[in-house]
Amino acid sequence: MRSVVQSIDYAAIAPAVIVALTAFVVLVADLFLPPARKHLLGWLAGLGVAAALVSLLPLWDSPRRTFCLPAPNAELCSYEVTNLTLILQLLVLGGAFVVVLMSVPTIDERRLPAGEYWFLLLCSVTGAVTIAAGRDLITLVVALELVSLPAFALVAIDRSDRWASEGAMKFFLTSVVSVAVTLYGISLIYGVTGSVHLAGVSEALTDASLQPTVVSLGVVLTLVGFAFKVAAVPFHGWLPDTYVAAPIPVAAYLSVVSKAAGFAGLLLIVGLGFAPYVNIWGPVLAVFAALTMTVANLVALRQRHAVRLLAWSSIAHSGYAMVPLAAAFAPGSAELAIGDALLVTVTYLLVYGVMNLGAFAVVAVVARDRPANRLVDYRGLIRTRPWAGVALAFFLACLAGLPPGLIGLFAKVVVFGSAVDGGVGWLAVVMAINTVIALYYYLVWAAQIFAPAPAPEVAAPAAVPAGATVDAPAAASAIAGTQPAHTDTAGGASLDRESVADAGSVVDRGPVRAAGAVPVGLGLAVGLTLLAGVILSVLPQIVLQVLVNVTAGG
Amino acid sequence: MSALPMLLLAIPLVGSGALFIARGPAGERAARRLAVIASGATLAIAVLMAAGFDYGTAARTQFELNAAWAPSVGLRFHLGVDGISLPLVVLTGLLSFLCALYSVKIVPAAGRVRAMLALLLLLEVGMLGSFVALDLVLFFVFFETVLVPMYFLIADWGDPETRRAAAYKFILYTLLGSAIMLLGLLIIYVQTGTLDMVALAAAGGDGISHGAQVLAFLALLIGFGVKAPMWPLHTWLPDAHTAAPTIGSVLLAGVLLKMGTYGLVRIAVPMVPEGAHEFAPLLGALAVVGILYGSLICLVQRDLKRLIAYSSVGHMGFVLLGIATLTPVGVNGALFANIGHGLITGLLFFLAGAIKDRHHSADMTVLGGGLYQRTPRLGALLAFAAVASLGLPGLAGFWGELLALFGSFDPAGELSRSLFLVLMVLAGLGTLLTAAYLLVMLRRVAMGVSPPRWRDPVLLGDVSAIEWASWTPLVVLIVAAGLWPRLLLDVTDPAVQALFGVFG
Repeated sequence: MRSVVQSIDYAAIAPAVIVALTAFVVLVADLFLPPARKHLLGWLAGLGVAAALVSLLPLWDSPRRTFCLPAPNAELCSYEVTNLTLILQLLVLGGAFVVVLMSVPTIDERRLPAGEYWFLLLCSVTGAVTIAAGRDLITLVVALELVSLPAFALVAIDRSDRWASEGAMKFFLTSVVSVAVTLYGISLIYGVTGSVHLAGVSEALTDASLQPTVVSLGVVLTLVGFAFKVAAVPFHGWLPDTYVAAPIPVAAYLSVVSKAAGFAGLLLIVGLGFAPYVNIWGPVLAVFAALTMTVANLVALRQRHAVRLLAWSSIAHSGYAMVPLAAAFAPGSAELAIGDALLVTVTYLLVYGVMNLGAFAVVAVVARDRPANRLVDYRGLIRTRPWAGVALAFFLACLAGLPPGLIGLFAKVVVFGSAVDGGVGWLAVVMAINTVIALYYYLVWAAQIFAPAPAPEVAAPAAVPAGATVDAPAAASAIAGTQPAHTDTAGGASLDRESVADAGSVVDRGPVRAAGAVPVGLGLAVGLTLLAGVILSVLPQIVLQVLVNVTAGG
Repeated sequence: MSALPMLLLAIPLVGSGALFIARGPAGERAARRLAVIASGATLAIAVLMAAGFDYGTAARTQFELNAAWAPSVGLRFHLGVDGISLPLVVLTGLLSFLCALYSVKIVPAAGRVRAMLALLLLLEVGMLGSFVALDLVLFFVFFETVLVPMYFLIADWGDPETRRAAAYKFILYTLLGSAIMLLGLLIIYVQTGTLDMVALAAAGGDGISHGAQVLAFLALLIGFGVKAPMWPLHTWLPDAHTAAPTIGSVLLAGVLLKMGTYGLVRIAVPMVPEGAHEFAPLLGALAVVGILYGSLICLVQRDLKRLIAYSSVGHMGFVLLGIATLTPVGVNGALFANIGHGLITGLLFFLAGAIKDRHHSADMTVLGGGLYQRTPRLGALLAFAAVASLGLPGLAGFWGELLALFGSFDPAGELSRSLFLVLMVLAGLGTLLTAAYLLVMLRRVAMGVSPPRWRDPVLLGDVSAIEWASWTPLVVLIVAAGLWPRLLLDVTDPAVQALFGVFG
C-alpha cells in the first residue's frame, strides 16, 4: 500500500521546531515560576534561539527537502533547506537573539507579562524561520501570518500604554486586508496553473498559452501582502505609528526580523515562483522601490522623534533592498540572473539587520533616561554615555553609507552595482539622490550626539513617582518645564509646543531620569551589534561572500 | 609590496584614534604635540617616498601594495604612487603638517582642540588615501572619508553665524556628486569586470562600449565637477570656504579641490577616453566660464575669505581647461596648476585667517586698508601671495596657467581647434581679470593709511614665530616651483605621456 503520510526530515525542520518547542516550554514554565524568577524565562528564550542557531550548522551545504508530495511529484516539496534558506534563517535567528537581549530589561521595567511576551515572540520567530524554507504558496502565507499575528499582540502588550492598542489596531487591520488580497492573488494563480508549489507554478507559467491578464493580475495581487510586510509605499502607512506605539524591542523586531521574513517570502515568490513573469513583477517592484525610498526619505526629513525617524528610515531601506529585484527584469541583464539579484537583496538585508538593530538598541538605552525620545534628547550623548554615543554614531554612518560605517557603504555599493548592471540606471540615480536626502536626517541626529551640552538639566520633580502613568500633555510640560531653553531652539516655548503637538508620537513612558547603569541585556545588545558592525566594516568579505558562495537555486 | 603607503595611512589614523579616545585636562597640550608628531611623521613618509621614487620610470606605479579585501566584489586594497599622485601626496602631507603646527598656538575660538585635531588627522587619511588608492571602490571609500570630518570641522569650529548652513550645503552637495561619481565607476566595473585602476588605465577604454563610455564620463564629470569645482556645480564652495575655520579652509582649498581634478586625470580621462573626447569641449567651455565668472564675482566681493574662495573657482577653471585639451601639455599644466594653487591658496587662506583673527572681521570695508602700515610683514606676505596667485612669472602660479593656455592653443586632434582658440583667448582675459581683482584687493586691504580704530599696537601683533614656521615652507616652495618648474614637470610628465601614449 502506498504511504500517504509524508516523510519528515527532522534535521531540516529542526530550527523551526526548536524555536516552537521553546515557545511552549516558556509558556508552561511561566505558570510555575514565581514572579521573582520570571527573568529565567528570558534565559530560556535566549537559549532556545541559540540552540536553533546551532542547529543551522549541520545543514550548511547539504540541501534537504521535506514535506514532499508523493511520487510522481516528489520534487514538489513544501519545506526546502538550501544555503540561501540558511542565510535567511541566520538573519532571522540572529536578529531574534539580539531582540531577546533587548527585551529582558524592557519586560522588567514595564512590567509586561513575561510568559506571554516570550511565547508570542518565539511563535513569531518560528514563522519567520519557516517562511525562509517554505516552497509553496500556502506554506508561505501561513508562515507570514504566523509572523504577523503574534506581532499584533506584541505591539499592544503594554496595557498601561494608551497608544499601544491604537498602533496594534492599525497594524492588524492593514495586515488583514493585505493578506486577503494576497490570498485572492494566490487563488488566481492556482486556478491558472493548477499548483501551489513554487516549482510547479514556475513550470506552469512558462506555458505561453495561459491567459496573461489573469496571471499578471494574480502575480501583482500576490505581491501585495508581502509588499505590506516590507512596508513598500503605498502599503507603509501602518509602520511609523506601530513602531512608536510598540515597546522598543518589539519595534526593533518588526524592523528587522519581521521585515526579513517579508522579504524572504517576496524573494521566494518572485524569484522561484514567478520567474517567467519577470517582465511583470520587475517593473512593478522598480516603481515600488523608487516610490518607497523617495517618500520615506522625504517624510523622514520632518521627524523629530527617534523611533519615528528610524521607522521612516527603515521604510527607505526596504526600498533600497528592493532595487536588486527590480533590476532583474531589464532586457540588458543577461549576466545578472534573477538568482544573483536575490543574493544582493539578502546581503543588503544582513547588513541592514546589524545596523538597524544596533541603532534600536542604543535608542532603547537612551529611552530609559529620556522617555520622550526626541532627537534633542540625544544632545551630548557622547559625553553622558560615551559608548552609546559612539555606537549610535557608527550605526548612523552605516545607515547613511559613509565612512566609518564601511559595511553600510559596501552594501549600498553592491546594490548600486546590481542596478547599473541590470540596466535600471534611472533607479540607480533615484537611489543616489535618496542617499543624499537620507544623509541630512542622519546627520542632524549625529550632530545632536556630538553637540556641546546645554545648561545642566534638572531631573523631573520627585513628586512624580516612578512608573506612574501621567497624562501625556502634563508629562510633556513637566519635561519641558524642567529644562532650560536650548540656545538653538527658539526659546523654551517652542519646545513646549513641540512636545504637546507631538503628543501622538511623544508617548508618555515615565519621568526623565539621570543617566544610570545600563542593564546587561541592552549593553550586550549594543555591544554585539557594534562588534559585528566593526568587524564587518574591516572584513566585509564575511558578508559579501554570500554573493558568490551561495547559490540561489530553489 | 611596499609598506610605505600603508604607513602613510596608518599613522594619521592611529593618531586620530588616540586623540579621540584621550581624555583628561593634561591632554590639551599633549594633544597638539601628538598631532604635530603624527602629521610630521606622515610628511616624513611622504618625503621618503619622494626621495625613494624612481624618477626615471615615473610612469610606473611604485611603492605598490596589493592585498585582497573583498574578493567577492573584486575589491582589493591596492595602493601605490606614480608621477601624477606623488606631488599631491607630498602637498597633502605638507599642508596637514603645517595646519597641525599652526594649531599648536592658534586655534579657533570654539576650543575643543583635541577633537579638532583628531578630525584633522582623519581628514588627512581620507585625502592621502584618495591619492594613493588604485582600486575604484577603494578610491570611492577614501573620497567619502573626507566628508564627515570636514562637515564637523565647519559645523563646530567655523564662523558662528554661517557655519550650520554652509556645512550642510558642503556635505550634501558633495555627497550627491560622489554618489553620481559612484554610478560612473560602477558602469566601468560592470563593463570591464575589474576595479583595478592600473589595468583599466592601460586598457584605455577597451571593452567598454561607446555609449557606456559617454555615460560613464558624464557621471564622473558631474561627480568630479562638484568637487573640482566646475561651474555651475560650484555653489557649495564660497559658503563652505568662508564659514570654515582657518585650517579647514586651507585643507579644503589646498587639497580637497585637487581630489576632483585628480580624479578626472586618473580615472575619467584614461579609462573612458571616448567619453572624454565627447565632453572635452563642454568641459573646456565650463572651465572658461568658471574662470571669467570667478574673476568677475571677485571684483565685487567685500569679504576677503569669500574673495579667495571665488578665486579658487577661477584657478581650478584653468586646471579644468588644461584637462579639457586632452594633450600632454595641457594635462601637465593642469597638474602643475593643481600644486601651485594648493600652495598659493593654502597660504592665502592662512593669511586671511590671520587677518581675521587680528581684526575680528574679514570684511574689507571694516579692515579699511593700511595693512602695510600696521603689520608690514603680514602685508608683505599678503602681497606675495596675491602676486603669486595672479600668475606672476617666477612664481608657482605662472606655469600652470601658461601650460594650460598652451594646451588650449593646440588641443588633441579630434577637438575643435577654433573652439579652443576662443577658449584660450577668454582664459587669457581671465588672467587679466584675476590680476585686477587681486590688485584691487591689495589696494583695499594693504595700501593706504591705517584707520584710527586699529591704532592699538598691542592687539595687532605682526607675524608671530609659529606663523613664520607654518608659512615659510609654502613661500619657499612657491618660489622654487616658479623658478624651477622642472621640479614638478619632470615628475608628472612621464606619467602624463604614458597616459596619452595609450590613446595612440
